[in-house]
Amino acid sequence: MSRWTRPQAVGSTGIVLGALAFWLALPPLAARTAVLPIAVGVLAVAAGIWAASRESRRAGGGAIAAGVLGIAFGVLATRSSSAHLDTVVVWGSLGAATLRYATPLTFAAIGGLYCERSGVVNVALEGMLLTGAFFGIWGAVWAHTWAGGLAWVVGLVAAALAGMALAAIHAVWAISFKTDQIISGTAINFLALGITGYLFVDKYGDTGTPGNVPDYGIPDVHLHFLQNWTFIGPIFGQLNLMIWLSFALLVATYVLVFRMPEGLRLRSVGEHPRAADTVGLSVSKIRYIAVIGSGAIAAMGGAYLSLGFVHSFNQGMTNGIGFIGLAALIFGKWRPFPAWGAALLFGFSSALADRLPAAYGNQWGTLFQALPYLLTLIAVGGVVGRSIGPAAAGRPYAKQ
Amino acid sequence: MSDFETDELDEEPRAGSAPTPQQHFAWRFGGASDLLTPLLTTVVAFLMGGLVVALTGKNPIRVYHAIFTGTGVGWFFQVGNHSARIPFSAAHMWFPWDTGSAAATNLQQTLLFTTPIVLTALAVAFAFRCGMFNIGGQGQYIVGTIFAVWLGSSVASLDPWLHVLLCIVVATLAGALWAGIAGILKATVGAHEVISTIMLNWIAIWVGSYLFGAGGPLQGSRAAIPASNPIFDGAKLPVFWGLKLLQGLSIGVFIAIAMLFVYWVIVNRTTLGFAVRAVGFNPEAARYGGISVARSYFVAMAIAGAFAGLAGAIDVTGWEYQVGPADLQASQIGFIGLAAALLGRNTAVGVGFASLLFGALITGTSSRQLDPTVFRPDLAGNLTTIIQGLVVLFVGLNLGGLWTWLGRRRRV
Repeated sequence: MSRWTRPQAVGSTGIVLGALAFWLALPPLAARTAVLPIAVGVLAVAAGIWAASRESRRAGGGAIAAGVLGIAFGVLATRSSSAHLDTVVVWGSLGAATLRYATPLTFAAIGGLYCERSGVVNVALEGMLLTGAFFGIWGAVWAHTWAGGLAWVVGLVAAALAGMALAAIHAVWAISFKTDQIISGTAINFLALGITGYLFVDKYGDTGTPGNVPDYGIPDVHLHFLQNWTFIGPIFGQLNLMIWLSFALLVATYVLVFRMPEGLRLRSVGEHPRAADTVGLSVSKIRYIAVIGSGAIAAMGGAYLSLGFVHSFNQGMTNGIGFIGLAALIFGKWRPFPAWGAALLFGFSSALADRLPAAYGNQWGTLFQALPYLLTLIAVGGVVGRSIGPAAAGRPYAKQ
Repeated sequence: MSDFETDELDEEPRAGSAPTPQQHFAWRFGGASDLLTPLLTTVVAFLMGGLVVALTGKNPIRVYHAIFTGTGVGWFFQVGNHSARIPFSAAHMWFPWDTGSAAATNLQQTLLFTTPIVLTALAVAFAFRCGMFNIGGQGQYIVGTIFAVWLGSSVASLDPWLHVLLCIVVATLAGALWAGIAGILKATVGAHEVISTIMLNWIAIWVGSYLFGAGGPLQGSRAAIPASNPIFDGAKLPVFWGLKLLQGLSIGVFIAIAMLFVYWVIVNRTTLGFAVRAVGFNPEAARYGGISVARSYFVAMAIAGAFAGLAGAIDVTGWEYQVGPADLQASQIGFIGLAAALLGRNTAVGVGFASLLFGALITGTSSRQLDPTVFRPDLAGNLTTIIQGLVVLFVGLNLGGLWTWLGRRRRV
């Protein structure tokens, strides 16, 4: 069997074909006949069935789903006017919006990676993001009288500290008290929602957060030399600093967790705590550091959301972003770059939902708000197959 | 080396080693009628909530007093010599409580909110007994709401009892199917129910917002208002206490109480309940004993979702009558049910009392009940969420485990 007829390769090709089926119906090609996306989509499904019936169920299932979705969205696209399509599908802006939406997910997923790789399940990412979002803007508003345009630095620090405080509760409950980690995580989500909501109403209740936040929010990085490049220019020419930081965080996480002894210790504590203990590592110390660190990272994602993206805070503004980040982590099998890929996919669907109302009216935008959640559901349910996490995740460790 | 490979990850834990999450579920929430922890938890949560109030410069005692007045629970202590109308008739009889007082109206509200909380709490509790954490009560509730409103407002000229029954049964089944998705995913591919149920929550919220929102297919006849049509009178549950127009108490509260009993019977007196509990205690042992674990996961989630869907139906047919996107997006009933289930330790009696506590708390902190000169209702709503979080945080704490932890600290 040659390299290209292996089920794995055929399945992956099927996934690409499924995406292609949709892409063909979009500008700049904008095929006007439904036959094209259907034909390509059927090919994708066929490849998927072929791969799934061999040994590769994961890639096969993915190809079948991609093919079906490609046909559905492709046919939808061919049936709408090309003027509408041109309004919605501007690849440069879509790409930039994808990165904007994917960044909080990336921070959440990377925060979760440290926590879960150390063997502590973290469903509290949502609350950590929300806390970061509130305390980020609170710190910046407090500091802008004396720090001026650099107040966002104070905001970031405040967000990180608040996220660490919240994560410390999770750490004490999960590691020292050995309670069920999902329950303590859920409790922290409620606490974060209640505390940020309470403080928000108490401080900004009547008017909302100040309107001048953009003046001292996290700045955009302007790359003027990119301006005239097609496609790349609109995407990377003006991105928020935090988006660039998220790229750096991905690389740093990969190096730290998978290429350095510290990372090996972290992973060993998550995979086999007794063995790690036997060779002299302190399981609870490493887990404490990982959990509290994950709180800081996730909170930075929240601070980006409030200080760098929407420039305001609202009660419960994270809307499940932390959970989608967690799903991206699972989808990416607890590895940084695959998790980022998943975050980009979810970010793309958010970006699409964001641009739809411009052409198709509000109700379609509302319905498409459900798309990232649906994709997440498909991702955790089956298409990716069984994701095997760190072996000791969710199990408290008692030293003997 | 082989010693390391076969230790705690594969074997039954030895004495002194950490239990698996399933054993946690079983030991902590396995129905031991331990009164101390829930009571202590409630006290600590309210004390810490009061601390937050005090830190932001308000008087916690006045705040809690105003909230308590709003709940109407004080009605039970106002015994006197009164006359009450017998429900659904013109006759009057002597009654020790004044059924028309202001406190009575407040109490109707409390019981009105307690009803769906009982049911969404059962949705959490039943899945818990099978070792699953159903955070999807909110979504299942919303799906039930959608179906109840749709049938109640679109199917005309039905026999009244038949109409309301149709709404309730279909909404219950819809909730069951919605939760069943998470059950199937768990049973077949092992997708964690926490993530899948949360995603199902959001999908339900956005699909519902689309359906009832401006331009949506189920929007009512008035184009300016993003909400459904009101349901027909025949689809409304009879109100037996208070005025229908002022959100009086419908007979839905008795359905909820009956469901507490049904829950107890299913869990404790049926083969199905036995299988579900066995899987909750230890899936491997259950499988070895011939119980289909996959089937138990699905059935437990479906029954859980049925409870939550029923909650949505009773709210629609009992007092809401019409819903809009804002109602769906603001609703927190499913999450409050989660706290009530944990506080009630997943027992029928515990869930009943914990739901009453949270129903009273929501009523007492609502903008309709709470005196805004004492405490802003939007602050109070967040105080409820904080108390809810503290309850979940502390009720999961094993007092015994905490004691040994403190003991070890002292020894070191």
